[in-house]
Amino acid sequence: MEPIERVSGRAIPFGAKNVDTDIIIPAKWLKTISREGLGEGAFESIRETQGNVFDDPAYSGAPILIAGDNFGCGSSREHAAWAILDLGIRAVIAPSYSDIFSGNAVKNGILPIVLPQEAIDRLMEVAQAGEPIDVDLDTQTVTTPFQDRFTFDIDPFRKHCLLHGLDEVALTLERKTAITSYESQRASAQSWLTKGTEINA
Amino acid sequence: MASKPLTLYDKIWNAHVVETRDDGTSIIYIDRHLVHEVTSPQAFDALRIAGRPVRRPELTLAVPDHNLPTTARRDASGGKVAIADPQSAAQLEALEKNAPEFGIRYIGDADDEQGIVHVVGPEQGFSLPGTTIVCGDSHTASHGGLGALAFGIGTSEVEHVLATQTLLLQKSKSMEIRVGGELSAGITAKDLILHIIGVIGAAGGSGYVIEYRGKVFEQMSVEQRLTVCNMSIEAGARAGLIAPDDVVFSYLKGRPMAPSGNDWDEAVRYWRSLHSDPGAEFDKSVVIDASTVEPTVTWGTSPEDVVAIGDTVPSPDSFADESKRVAAQKSLDYMGLTPGTPMTQVPVENIFIGSCTNSRIEDLRAAAAVLSGRKKANNVRWAIVVPGSGLVKRQAEEEGLDRIFTDAGFEWREPGCSACLGMNPDKVPAGERCASTSNRNFVGRQGPGARTHLLSPAMAAAAAVKGRLTDVRELT
Repeated sequence: MEPIERVSGRAIPFGAKNVDTDIIIPAKWLKTISREGLGEGAFESIRETQGNVFDDPAYSGAPILIAGDNFGCGSSREHAAWAILDLGIRAVIAPSYSDIFSGNAVKNGILPIVLPQEAIDRLMEVAQAGEPIDVDLDTQTVTTPFQDRFTFDIDPFRKHCLLHGLDEVALTLERKTAITSYESQRASAQSWLTKGTEINA
Repeated sequence: MASKPLTLYDKIWNAHVVETRDDGTSIIYIDRHLVHEVTSPQAFDALRIAGRPVRRPELTLAVPDHNLPTTARRDASGGKVAIADPQSAAQLEALEKNAPEFGIRYIGDADDEQGIVHVVGPEQGFSLPGTTIVCGDSHTASHGGLGALAFGIGTSEVEHVLATQTLLLQKSKSMEIRVGGELSAGITAKDLILHIIGVIGAAGGSGYVIEYRGKVFEQMSVEQRLTVCNMSIEAGARAGLIAPDDVVFSYLKGRPMAPSGNDWDEAVRYWRSLHSDPGAEFDKSVVIDASTVEPTVTWGTSPEDVVAIGDTVPSPDSFADESKRVAAQKSLDYMGLTPGTPMTQVPVENIFIGSCTNSRIEDLRAAAAVLSGRKKANNVRWAIVVPGSGLVKRQAEEEGLDRIFTDAGFEWREPGCSACLGMNPDKVPAGERCASTSNRNFVGRQGPGARTHLLSPAMAAAAAVKGRLTDVRELT
């Protein structure tokens, strides 16, 4: 994934609560066997309404999405993160996310920022005015041209992965010895665990 | 010195820590991995590109379910019926090809054992108490009904599990939902979990693993426990757990992939230690009185939008929170409902009995008990029963349930995810209502513009008979 340090630009003032991943990318788009091109189906049902923020030329190519509580709830589909990334969004700012969505976002180089509702309300105003928002992952701050400054928390491991664009699989494979020793210790203590799963060639 | 009392979640977590990094992230070992066709192709591709093998292929089980049409899969001469949608066909073919290429056990679309992954796992004895179970599907939470720590993951994590048999995780917080008292006659596990989601909200469990505690759960069959844990994700929780007991052990004994002989005895000895210790502390506790739970249905587009069947469609003004008022109005517009309308006056044109929430043998028996000797109402245009697996289907046929359904005007289908989500031909038309035993009433979930009312199998059957949402207790 692409490393992230700063995300600057206009933000899409979306703000809706409990937006599920069926809304972010409906099921008919899940039939792909690739990760590409899902932006076309992103927020499809919302985009059927005239005057929706996603088709507003003022926010075309905006790299930040401002959302409401419990963003990305429901289905685990990583297609939701792929679709958002395909729209060019690299940071989402919301009061909370579903656990699975925020994990999927980080693994695709999208920064899920948690800020309190008051901060979201303020950033919605800034975004609606078409003014830019600046996100700095290193200092964990969100700033606006109006001297607003919000700091956010992020899990240090996630921050490290995002800043360096790290591949978690490669990181874990470096710990192969620890995994092997865990496996052999369990195989002797609880040998029944894998007894029914053998595959006979 | 007495050690600190542990929760069930602590015990399973601790048993799976390979190592913990300084920043608190742990490498957690994964005992069982289920794979279906929708969220896996990109993971297998990534392995191929990086030249990475699957670390423990025998610990992954692949089953197609989401895309499969639920109509006949073999023609009269025994040949495979082609799948009309080329994209669905391509996704199914990818799984059929990826599984053997990576040495993974695969249950094919025409095998008797095929079904919804979350029905197949417990049924085959692949899912066991105390194990960690993951799948690229949020309803993996279901397996918590066996006392497993089970949760949904994204495709990047599917790849991570295939390559390393582990996941990098932060431990969640713990929540106990303690249900006191007893459920009234005619109230099911589905009514209870819908009620619980209504109490804690669709985001109430976010960041938590829930343990369901109380006599009510001890008295439930495995099927009912799976229904409860299945919908933990609809309350935002990563996973739901019920401590395993003899009910679970006797359900699992003799299943094809469960341990046997001495291995079985050893396993049961260990499983008996899997419960929260007296005095174990939870980060959050919620207490629910079972006797207040009524047959429950949803009125809106979030699983938290629940109401007792005897109540009316709520008014947006009844919500204290401004954003909830706005959301409620939007939901009512989408659902085509007017505040104050009794729920029992809401007509339904479609009935869906199935999904990983309610497609097991007990669910079908409960619906059939209501439908026996009755017919669906004339305004019900489409009524289908989709067994959760080929084995459930066969069992139901042996018990004659299929005849009860078809005599009542239902279609009796092949196993799969069906009308729970709009990925296969089973869809609800725009603007029409569906009384559905599935788990999500999201906008467009059952098809663009479809209006979903979630309820129990018995309540779905009652709705079919009356052609409107109905209190099943009127029919018994």
